[in-house]
Amino acid sequence: MAQTPTTGAAAETFRPIAPRPPPSSAVGPLRWARDNLFSSPLNVILTLIGLYLVWLIVPGVIDWAILSADFTGSTRDDCPSDGACWVFILQRLDFFIYGFYPDAERWRVDVMFLMLAAVLVPQFIPGFPARGRTWLGIFGLTLYPVITGVLLLGGLFGLPFIETGKWGGLMLTLVLSYVGIVAALPIGILLALGRRSSMPVIRTICVIFIELWRGVPLISVLFMASVMLPLFLPEGVNFDKLLRALIGIVMFQSAYMAEVIRGGLQGIPKGQYEAASALGLGYWRSTALIILPQALKMVIPGIVNTFIALFKDTTLVLIIGLFDILGTVQAAIVDPAWGRVAVEGYVFAAFCFWVFCFGMSRYSQGLEKKLHTGHKR
Amino acid sequence: MTEIDTLQDANGLSERRPVEHQVGAEAMIQITDMNKWFGSFHVLRDITLTVHKGERIVVCGPSGSGKSTMIRCINRLEEHQAGSIVVDGIELTEDIKKIDMIRREVGMVFQHFNLFPHLSVLENCVLAPIWVRKEPRRQAEERAMALLERVKIPEQAKKYPGQLSGGQQQRVAIARALCMNPKLMLFDEPTSALDPEMIKEVLDVMVQLAESGMTMVCVTHEMGFAKTVADRVVFMDDGQIVEQAPPSTFFTNPTSDRTKLFLSQILKH
Repeated sequence: MAQTPTTGAAAETFRPIAPRPPPSSAVGPLRWARDNLFSSPLNVILTLIGLYLVWLIVPGVIDWAILSADFTGSTRDDCPSDGACWVFILQRLDFFIYGFYPDAERWRVDVMFLMLAAVLVPQFIPGFPARGRTWLGIFGLTLYPVITGVLLLGGLFGLPFIETGKWGGLMLTLVLSYVGIVAALPIGILLALGRRSSMPVIRTICVIFIELWRGVPLISVLFMASVMLPLFLPEGVNFDKLLRALIGIVMFQSAYMAEVIRGGLQGIPKGQYEAASALGLGYWRSTALIILPQALKMVIPGIVNTFIALFKDTTLVLIIGLFDILGTVQAAIVDPAWGRVAVEGYVFAAFCFWVFCFGMSRYSQGLEKKLHTGHKR
Repeated sequence: MTEIDTLQDANGLSERRPVEHQVGAEAMIQITDMNKWFGSFHVLRDITLTVHKGERIVVCGPSGSGKSTMIRCINRLEEHQAGSIVVDGIELTEDIKKIDMIRREVGMVFQHFNLFPHLSVLENCVLAPIWVRKEPRRQAEERAMALLERVKIPEQAKKYPGQLSGGQQQRVAIARALCMNPKLMLFDEPTSALDPEMIKEVLDVMVQLAESGMTMVCVTHEMGFAKTVADRVVFMDDGQIVEQAPPSTFFTNPTSDRTKLFLSQILKH
């Protein structure tokens, strides 16, 4: 009765009902287990099978990797047990990290690692000042590759020259993927913008470039870079094999990146372009200030996906005679002095890749959360 | 008359007197024999319209009549193919410099607000003054805050558009356009995407803007607003201007039978 509009008498005051917490039967771990693990007969069976598999696999892995594993010593003889022979990894760690880089100059690689950590770690610390984070990021994308290139290559400032054929291991993997990531993103952005350009010439060039590089496997790109390209170059002109591989990787990945970013550009409503135009912002300003920030944010998962694929694809340089971390592991496990250590080697290589790829994945999730500006769900 | 009064009541504008102001003799917009096609479809036909400085024009008409397209031609969001449009003494041609000059002087408010969702309210407002007008950030922010005050949402300055209601977003959009100190404001159905409760808060801001003497061209279905604020109502159908008259004449004594039909349709409820 009170809900119906009153005509003559005074209207009743509307009082909103205060929010209450949900009943205790709707929350808590037991409730969670019932909802997610034992909600139906099929679910119960699947849960039990899952638990059985865990019981089957996990103890064996733990036993092999930790409980019966050997950690100390210096030769094969220090690995008498059935478990993993981590001694091998520890003994050859320098090789896995530095490749054939001369012992005396390895501090240069260490400086590269330290600078990389200085750039990356603050990006993961929530409390770090935003401005410092931005400047470190800019440094990481611009000056850092240049400084590192000079430092690693040497031949300047009294540093002995170290040819790129001696680079290897984790250091080579990081150089390839870092340069690949840092160069592929801006080139990919330009290609994506070019593909959506209203100028037919630019659009055609970008379409041809993208489709060409996307249409061939990375292995053939690397082969072309390492074997074919020198045949076409005039005699006496010869540039570094690593550089050729890098250019190949960058071109290849930027084509993929361009398509990911184009997806984001297409997701921007027309109204955003119109609002930017109506305010008098020209093409480059509206692209840089309005369109790209939104488009890139939208495709962070796709971009990071491409980065992760790139990181792992760098192992393909093995076929043109460059030893990345997997290459060094493969070279080391055939050493007869160590016997059968292939599993340990591959597990170690896989772990290294996983650490970096998982880091990238976590970073992208954090970034997405940070850049979310709408209603929190 | 009574029908119109009822409409005004819905938006709470009926208490206001028609806004007193001065209309200048100079033309702010001069559209002459303008035609536009989308492909082979002739959307705008022989449009001729003059808007004087300080004048407030309300453009109405059924959907698909070309009113939005016409208003979007004024700042070249749409390109016209024949005839001429002169805004503030500058003729709109393909010359991108002239287009940018005009866009700097012409503010626009859209039906769907089109705020930049990745920037806070304040950043939305200061972006164009800083990057287009090259104003120092401090100065731009001070003016933006003053304008947010004027549209009655200074407390939302640090929030993002996604956290605001539709009416608040549209008021931010108005403030954002005003931050460029425009000589002319274009409104393209500013209240059509809003809940009834929010229409009034946006219309209030628009009335207040009209009182300040701004030259305005509004495409809107808010007839109450037209009655209170407009100097002239332009009625469009089928890509042409059917009739234009001061609201008093337009609503009570329309000449064209098409206008009469339109008015009888919208004033029925």
